[in-house]
Amino acid sequence: MKHLLSINDITAAEAISILDTAAQLQNLTSGTVKKLPTLRGRTVVNLFFEDSTRTRLSFDAAAKRLSADVTNFAAKGSSVSKGESLKDTAQTLQAMGADAIVIRHGASGAAKRLAESGWVSASIINAGDGTHEHPTQALLDAFTIRKHFGPTRSDFVGLKVAIVGDIVHSRVARSNVLLLKKLGADVTVIAPPTLIPYGIESWGVAHSFNLDEDLESFDVVMMLRVQLERMNEAYFPNGREYSRGYGLDEVRLGRLKAHAIVMHPGPMNRGLEISAASADSVRSVVLEQVSNGVLVRMAVLYQLLAGPDQAATGVLA
Amino acid sequence: MSLVLDSGEITRALKRISHEIVEHNHGTDSVVLMGIPTRGSFLAARIASILASIESPIEHGYLDITMHRDDLRLRPPRPLAETVMPASGIEGKHVVLFDDVLFSGRTIRAALDALGELGRPQSVQLAVLVDRGHRELPIRADYVGKNIPTSIKETVKVSLSEIDGKDCVEITGGER
Amino acid sequence: MSELLLKNVTLADNSQVDIHIKGDRIFAIGSDLSTTGEVLDCSGLMALPGFVDLHTHVREPGKENAETVLTGSRSAVRGGFTAVSAMPNTNPVADTAGVVEQVLRLGKSAGLCDVFPIGAVSAGLNGEHLAEIGAMADSAAKVRIFSDDGKCVSDPLLMRRALEYVKIFDGVIAQHAQEPRLTINAQMNEGVVASELGLTGWPSIAEESIIARDILLAETVKSRLHICHVSTKGSVELIRWAKSRGISVTAEVTPHHLILTDELVRGYDPIYKVNPPLRTNDDVVALRAGLADGTIDIVATDHAPHPAEDKDCEWASAAFGMVGLETAFGVVVTTMIRTGLMDWKRLVEVMSINPARIGGYGDQGQPLEVGAMAHITVVDPKKEWTVDKQALISRSSNTPFHGSTLTGDVIHTIYRGALVLKDQRVMGGENVSNG
Repeated sequence: MKHLLSINDITAAEAISILDTAAQLQNLTSGTVKKLPTLRGRTVVNLFFEDSTRTRLSFDAAAKRLSADVTNFAAKGSSVSKGESLKDTAQTLQAMGADAIVIRHGASGAAKRLAESGWVSASIINAGDGTHEHPTQALLDAFTIRKHFGPTRSDFVGLKVAIVGDIVHSRVARSNVLLLKKLGADVTVIAPPTLIPYGIESWGVAHSFNLDEDLESFDVVMMLRVQLERMNEAYFPNGREYSRGYGLDEVRLGRLKAHAIVMHPGPMNRGLEISAASADSVRSVVLEQVSNGVLVRMAVLYQLLAGPDQAATGVLA
Repeated sequence: MSLVLDSGEITRALKRISHEIVEHNHGTDSVVLMGIPTRGSFLAARIASILASIESPIEHGYLDITMHRDDLRLRPPRPLAETVMPASGIEGKHVVLFDDVLFSGRTIRAALDALGELGRPQSVQLAVLVDRGHRELPIRADYVGKNIPTSIKETVKVSLSEIDGKDCVEITGGER
Repeated sequence: MSELLLKNVTLADNSQVDIHIKGDRIFAIGSDLSTTGEVLDCSGLMALPGFVDLHTHVREPGKENAETVLTGSRSAVRGGFTAVSAMPNTNPVADTAGVVEQVLRLGKSAGLCDVFPIGAVSAGLNGEHLAEIGAMADSAAKVRIFSDDGKCVSDPLLMRRALEYVKIFDGVIAQHAQEPRLTINAQMNEGVVASELGLTGWPSIAEESIIARDILLAETVKSRLHICHVSTKGSVELIRWAKSRGISVTAEVTPHHLILTDELVRGYDPIYKVNPPLRTNDDVVALRAGLADGTIDIVATDHAPHPAEDKDCEWASAAFGMVGLETAFGVVVTTMIRTGLMDWKRLVEVMSINPARIGGYGDQGQPLEVGAMAHITVVDPKKEWTVDKQALISRSSNTPFHGSTLTGDVIHTIYRGALVLKDQRVMGGENVSNG
């Protein structure tokens, strides 16, 4: 594996291998070990064109625990905001010796463009591109689900997962749908019709406009962050109405299966898509998701950077 | 291909090593065994059960050294094996490391590094089923099943029934 | 007086003749003709009336790093065009007599083909007030086509007034049909590919709703409407309906919409970013059928050159548009002639006669007859060639066809009796840098 741009780039077996590696790393690092020497001498650049302190800190911690040198390049306030292009920025980083570039960008496809344009030879990790994908988030979510529903299982057959909220603008939803389907889970996306993507039928998932229907049937309920700006683009009338229809409140929480877990990629809008009580309930695994994020990102960095340097072309291993 | 140790010889070698461990450490108090995956782990487990019958029960664990290897850049990334600490840890213990074959010594160097991250043992000893020579680092084994002089071109293949369905040590390649 | 003889050339009706050109006119058509001037052996080649493009971005004034009237003219004659129509979205916008006369003058000074300026509908393309349409019509450029291309005349009142106003001189409004509210930040065709890629969709309805409205406006005010770059199946159906009602509407399709689909966007390569966006295969099939059956009147290139840096970036930041003059003929032959959808007579209509008629381009788009102005494109109808972006004459190289094999290419272009393209070499303006 040279890059991680999309869940489409990896097979189910490769995904499981990343999750296995993350599990072993949890083993290794749960004791006294905080740092492994594995990527000593390698340079990882966090290239963030959008603010995302959480994701950046997670990648930062993952790279540092593997002893990589980490450079953080926040595009805001840098020359990028003065019109420097993605190409120039990336080439500058390459010249500084980046072995991997972790990129967060507001434009869908920016990571793929960086990987395939020939501008740089570093490994590219997509840390969220526009409204396209966020593959490490899907991997850490799968890792979290696996911890709860069978830490050694090699597929998710028989698991019912609901993804609720702004599907159309969610890179988390896209990557999760791809990965959960790849692993055999039964996925339903739930949102008002305005936030369901065009041609959802082709995604191989069920969809519903009604959160209350079948709520008892899900093992995993994944709530997505809703941006209030969407209100101004007429996706829904207001936060109150959204919350009434699609928010996870106490009543809905009470209807979930005894073993069901509630997930959220963060940051949460408490009181909008998830009530404070739901967010803090025993079913909520939100904080686990955060700590699992570091392990999964360590596993991804290990997979991409531990081996020999690879040719600049080709996405797959 | 030539057979250098058969099943009976492996069993006898492990029994001898078990006795040597008891003798060297004046018993097995404060001794823990750490196997290096994959085959070192099975050797550690076998020694633990031999020691339980000839002396007293002893704790053992497994130490994956992949993340500490110095040849990571030379090969594609390998899947990690499980690291399991002995129940009472390694702090202040006499740790006996187990590997199947001692060759360049690089694996053992990585194991020493990995062990150092986990705690500070009183001492670290090394047991191997086969020492084939050709060291690249100043490392030697405390307990050796069999010393087998080899040419650098040869491959020493250890099979253990837990994973390979049979017990034997063979040499392949070279001019033998 | 200069003379030129095309020996053994095939016409669109498959007859084989010699064509004798004297000065700027066709002097004789027959067999075994002779001349004191240059003779071109045209065995295996076809002579067609010079192509006319109704939709060209020559970028001058304002974006000379992408194209100029001269480099655009050279690109045009390489593609067999003896006339192009310069869209007004330049800087300054061609919304006054001064700017259209400047473009006309630049075209004449390049001297390789006719360059007919198109005037803006609204001042500054702002969609608020009418531009000085009358002054542009009365100017030396005698503008007859008006368009806010790149932007839609979305205000129905302004569109109605524009349609009414151009009746003074039998002008036509060329509409870029794109409902702006339905295409806020739109990046590619709304469809399953856009959904998967997370790119904001550009719905067909954004084009069709404007076409439907404008058809009704044109009917009401009894004026001439031309629809630029039709891209959807629904648009073809609307235009077919309008024509059946006798409404005075004409329509164009670009070569790229006849062959490329939104599947190509999967790699996020902005070379495929274009306005209107590449659609689905269903749309491509409908566009081809519409062009063949006369619903769509013409092929127009929407030649939209951009400097490399405007495409060498992430999708969302990239400019919309593709160059098209030099590949138009090959694409039309490949998609329409080789497939048997269209014959050569129809090709001449859609690439020469009809666009000249819509634009009122006097001596362009005339049949090859004795006494006619000698605008002639000589093509090799069977030649298979591979597009190389480095070999393009245009100053820009943003072609989506790089590496594609097309059938049919232009060999010679004759403009006003002068050989402006000879054996695929442009005869003039060579000393300009190709950027």
